[in-house]
Amino acid sequence: MKKTNLAIIGGGPAGLSAAICAASSGAKITLIDDSLELGGQLIKQTHKFFGSKKQFAGIRGIEIAKNLLQEIKKYKNIELIGNATVTGYYEDGILTIVQGSNGDIFIKLLPDRIIVATGASENMLTFVNNDLPGVYGAGAVQTLMNLYGVVPGNNVLMVGAGNIGLIVSYQLLQAGIKVEAIVEALPRIGGYLVHASKIRRLGVPIYTSHSLKEVYGNDGVEKAVISEINKDFEFIPGTEKELKVDTVCLAVGLSPLSDLLWQAGCQMKYIAELGGYVALRDDHMKSSLDNIYIAGDVAGIEEASSAMLEGKIAGLNAAVSLGYRVDNFLELNRNLRKELEELRANPLSEKVKIGLEKALLKREVDQ
Amino acid sequence: MKDDTIICRCEDVTWGEIRQALEKGYTSLDEIKRITRAGMGRCQGNTCHQIILREIAKFCNKKIEELSISTFRPPTKPIKLGTLAGDNDD
Repeated sequence: MKKTNLAIIGGGPAGLSAAICAASSGAKITLIDDSLELGGQLIKQTHKFFGSKKQFAGIRGIEIAKNLLQEIKKYKNIELIGNATVTGYYEDGILTIVQGSNGDIFIKLLPDRIIVATGASENMLTFVNNDLPGVYGAGAVQTLMNLYGVVPGNNVLMVGAGNIGLIVSYQLLQAGIKVEAIVEALPRIGGYLVHASKIRRLGVPIYTSHSLKEVYGNDGVEKAVISEINKDFEFIPGTEKELKVDTVCLAVGLSPLSDLLWQAGCQMKYIAELGGYVALRDDHMKSSLDNIYIAGDVAGIEEASSAMLEGKIAGLNAAVSLGYRVDNFLELNRNLRKELEELRANPLSEKVKIGLEKALLKREVDQ
Repeated sequence: MKDDTIICRCEDVTWGEIRQALEKGYTSLDEIKRITRAGMGRCQGNTCHQIILREIAKFCNKKIEELSISTFRPPTKPIKLGTLAGDNDD
């Protein structure tokens, strides 16, 4: 059986930041990621980030991933188990890992601490013929276009006007694909208005209080029917519009991938503002179990910038809890918390902040 | 929602099947999972559990947080028996 100080599950922005931060203390880190390439969603994010300078504003996601990977390579005490999935957490603290494209390699790992940074999965929408070829999640569209250089279709209907829907729409337009419309179930656009204006200027209509009702086609999507919805999200008869599209892209939110936290027995709570069931945590990102920390989307759906900060906090505190020394630990920890607070000090983070308040475990003794 | 709308992509479970289970009195995620196989495929419910919970809540006039959810057990994704037994040759 392999042993390690700290197992980090997930090599996206949160997991990579956690690994770097924890490795600087000298702790032995094992980073487990299920992709062929580290970086999580960052490796398909060709757009520039928003926020403060400290949080990589103005830099593209793919560049952020490169920077993090360069940092990771500097540390001999970070071991990578790539193309591998953690399939279980057992009560003796052992993680089971299945590795390889055929899932042939089985590894048992006993870590002293675990950081779960597994991210999120995309939400599905229920509409007639939602299983027709041509219906994609926004993540898949980004993978196809930005990673493999393949366009998903010629005429796209985007469902969801949050930041992901808006950004992917813009990327589709940049790739020369026609975005026929964006529909958003809420009465207002969820993402940054800068993005929305850019898309509108290019002639793409954004229909708020609208949703996708049905798609039709023989071998794939040929047309989509959208309709206005009332405040209870019910379709209003007679408001249907038909769009000739061959692709429907769903960007209707994410749900935390919390299976392992459930298995471990962390205290879980359904918090709609954070996207679903999340583990309760203290302000060090420690769950209700002393050996398990969380960071990134699994702790509540937010952005890569906040995921990186949460990862740093989790990495730092997990390493220190094992007795590893980090210079200026208290100051560092305080600064990271302050940065996170500043990042969330905008109107779009209001909902997340309400959710985070509900997810907070108060520690008995403050350090 | 129309009856032939797919809710669980992995196991091809439609809304009609889930609606019928609800009407027969199966009003927990676990029961619906056992009766229809929704959530027992490749993605282990990552796609459909949210939708089914929402529909149970609507059907029972409850909040999602008041509903019980199924137990999470290893493995999180299918593993070949050979891999588990340490036999990597097949």
